[in-house]
Amino acid sequence: MSAQADTHDAHDDHHHKETFITKYIFSIDHKMIAKQYLITGTIMGVIGVIMSLMMRMQIAWPEEPNVIFEALLGKWAPDGVMDADIYLALVTIHGTIMVFFVLTAGLSGTFSNLLIPLQIGARDMASGFLNMVSYWLFFISSVIMVSSFFVEAGPAAAGWTIYPPLSALPMAQGGSGMGMTLWLVAMAIFIASSLLGSLNYVVTVINLRTKGMSMTRLPLTIWAFFVTAIIGIVSFPVLLSAALLLIMDRSFGTSFFLSDIFIQGEVLHYQGGSPVLFEHLFWFLGHPEVYIVILPAMGLVSEIMATNSRKPIFGYRAMITSILAIAFLSTIVWGHHMFISGMNPFLGSVFTFTTLLIAIPSAVKAFNWITTIWKGNIQMNPAMLFSIGFVSTFITGGLTGIILGDSALDINVHDTYFVIAHFHLVMGISALYGMFAGIYHWYPKMFGRMLNKKLGYIHFWITAICAYGVFFPMHFIGMAGLPRRYYTNSNFPLFDDLADTNQIITIFALVGGVAQLIYLWNFFSSIFYGKKAVQNPWRATTLEWTTPVEHIHGNWPGEIPHVHRWSYDYSKPGHDVDFVMQNVPLKEGEEELQH
Amino acid sequence: MTALLSILVLVFILVAIWQMVKIFDLTQSDSVDGNNQVANDKDNKLNGYLMIGFLAFIYIITIWSFVELGDLPLMSNSASEHGPGVDSLMIISMVVIFIVQTITQFLLHYFAFKYRGEKGKKALFYADNNKLEAIWTIIPVIVLAVLIIQGLFTWTTIMNVNEDNDPLVVELYAQQFNWKARYSGADNTLGKANVRLIDIDRANILGVDEADPYAQDDIITSELHLPVGRPVLFKMRSQDVLHSAYMPHFRAQMNCVPGMITQFGFTPTVTTVDMRDTPEMKDKVTNINKIRVDKSKALVAKGEEALEPYTFDYLLLCNKICGKSHYNMQMKIIVETQEEYDAWIRTQKEFKNSLVNN
Repeated sequence: MSAQADTHDAHDDHHHKETFITKYIFSIDHKMIAKQYLITGTIMGVIGVIMSLMMRMQIAWPEEPNVIFEALLGKWAPDGVMDADIYLALVTIHGTIMVFFVLTAGLSGTFSNLLIPLQIGARDMASGFLNMVSYWLFFISSVIMVSSFFVEAGPAAAGWTIYPPLSALPMAQGGSGMGMTLWLVAMAIFIASSLLGSLNYVVTVINLRTKGMSMTRLPLTIWAFFVTAIIGIVSFPVLLSAALLLIMDRSFGTSFFLSDIFIQGEVLHYQGGSPVLFEHLFWFLGHPEVYIVILPAMGLVSEIMATNSRKPIFGYRAMITSILAIAFLSTIVWGHHMFISGMNPFLGSVFTFTTLLIAIPSAVKAFNWITTIWKGNIQMNPAMLFSIGFVSTFITGGLTGIILGDSALDINVHDTYFVIAHFHLVMGISALYGMFAGIYHWYPKMFGRMLNKKLGYIHFWITAICAYGVFFPMHFIGMAGLPRRYYTNSNFPLFDDLADTNQIITIFALVGGVAQLIYLWNFFSSIFYGKKAVQNPWRATTLEWTTPVEHIHGNWPGEIPHVHRWSYDYSKPGHDVDFVMQNVPLKEGEEELQH
Repeated sequence: MTALLSILVLVFILVAIWQMVKIFDLTQSDSVDGNNQVANDKDNKLNGYLMIGFLAFIYIITIWSFVELGDLPLMSNSASEHGPGVDSLMIISMVVIFIVQTITQFLLHYFAFKYRGEKGKKALFYADNNKLEAIWTIIPVIVLAVLIIQGLFTWTTIMNVNEDNDPLVVELYAQQFNWKARYSGADNTLGKANVRLIDIDRANILGVDEADPYAQDDIITSELHLPVGRPVLFKMRSQDVLHSAYMPHFRAQMNCVPGMITQFGFTPTVTTVDMRDTPEMKDKVTNINKIRVDKSKALVAKGEEALEPYTFDYLLLCNKICGKSHYNMQMKIIVETQEEYDAWIRTQKEFKNSLVNN
């Protein structure tokens, strides 16, 4: 692992003239690729959030004309009244974009690319070329996904889980025609992108660590990215095969997922397939995907909490063990999405058992974070606020998992707003907070400038209040039995008394959505006008802060630093400053902590 | 109301943008040193206090939600035999969640406030404590063990339908965007059926096998009537896409899957009439009707028809996305006494008499 450390000459290509295209577009530099991921992810995020706001407005003021709908949805909102088909399309594409394009590619793609080489002490990723290919596949996939809004019969509208037969039969729904084809093509390309990226991360972490950087000296960020990449490699191919089989059912008349169907007056030829098989294949990825989203956020938050508390992360080994335990368990719990799918009830019992087990490593992590800030010297940077916010929403959202993971209770809240509240808090908002925390913290590393902290504070506090305002009452709407994915509830007088609450939720959502403009402004204007960053603004210990502020190829101008200690020597007794960087040799008589 | 809310939202947006501009202008006049964008003691103090404020906000929104939204008609007042078991498990889980949530949120935000940074202070170098970690591994293990055991016990009771005590066998048939029920008739056995046998011209809409002797006395209806106190076993089918038969008052739900038959059984314990008479339900209906009267006034003013007053009925809802009209796929369920049920079922046509000869 150290052989590479000393042979940096090959990467020293100052004399190699860079053009605009090789530097900003087809770049093979991991730092530039990280920024490309971030900006593409941000654009997709804006699209996804606007969709959710339109859905919220429809739910709060159903079937009422709205100029925003008329302007944004065009023919899908005749006279400004949203169409039922496009509502389901918004549901579907919002979910797909947020889960895959923002919180998988935008989060993991950005920070794995930025931090893996910088924090392990490598000149770049193992394969810069594959890295570039990975980004551009992601870009193409994003374009295809968004372009599905412009096809005649509308985009995919079968929910982000695209269960057949609804997704397989164009006669079942307008969106299951060309729109679904584009969805499947976009996802197939996305999976290819994700696999190339993940393989690169795994190889880089295993092979390119600098001298002294043993696995137990790695920052928790790297552990999180590493394990995330492994889960991705294990589970994404299964979704790819599910998508391929679905394409065959749709286009070549096979019957993997379809059987005995009578629709629009005719019997279809399909025989012997089972939609339940698709559900198994989908959730075999779908559930690990939740952890693909949340683990990198956990890694970022662990690092930021330690740095800003000026304390070592509490229970470093327990943190690694719990990441590994969560990763393992995440692959054997998918059935809790299918308690009432018609699968054998005994299988439901098994999945209840494995699912509730996940609460244990999750609880360990939450308590360790709380202990990390205990008796700290907490620096309330915006990144730290978002990290504390992360722990808060992760706990609130995670706790209701013990209701949903319990098959007997899931019967009655399955597919209600209770589920929406649960997963938005525990993985949506939490992962988003992790991403914001990462952006505020590593912005100086990415752009050489600082984000404005006051705007950061305003951004955080409005977002934090609105996130709870939206999702906390939503649990109760779900417990009142309101099913999700209903275009309007006005056909059920039973739910009339929930209308006020729905309006309150929508107002919180709108304010929270608008508050993100503050962040976007801060982000884009600071690229050009932000205050110049110093080399190590947060006084952190990890290697990325030993690189120069201005980006260079190969990251370090001279030799790659060697590592002599773990990454959490904050406020260590016997030192004058409250942080000791990883490349500082142990003092005479100083012992490295047995962590 | 809507106009007012829209204006309110607009005002919020304008205020937000105005604030943004103002603050951004202010910060532009600072010095060029990037380090002034790192939190200082003033920021730590302000945000530390805000953390306490936020903790209060979490508690307030929790209390508000329980008080304002906590009367959960579908979470209490169950109308099936297994319902109370589910509800008590739900309450136990909620209590556990409530306690853990209250404590951990307090610790998190209080520590963030208490240990907010000050210049010259040094944090405690505290990296590990096996005993502590063992404690917070073992406590969740014990709590979860209790929840898992009770959960599995409840689940097994619900899902293992005992066919010995002569359940009423009823088929629930789902299609975009409609429900049908098929009663098995005097023999209590459903006739064979497959979508390939559907013959619209002969009004054989569920694809029931006309040659099957068991099928002759089957009865197809658009309303679900159930005799109170008798176990009922539902056999679910779908003819086109996935649907989910959701009967929240009975704590019952099962997907309807094309190509296979799924099942769910329960015993209804409260008739529709009795449920309408419970004080909770009376309150709820009165409240809903007040809302509907207000809404109707607005509608009439616009020259539209007023809404009909609401009377309570049990419902079967579709709870799996199934296409355009998913939001309106419902069937009324009526739980009644055995005599009322018998009287009703006698008025329905048997399958063999419902066919049209062409």
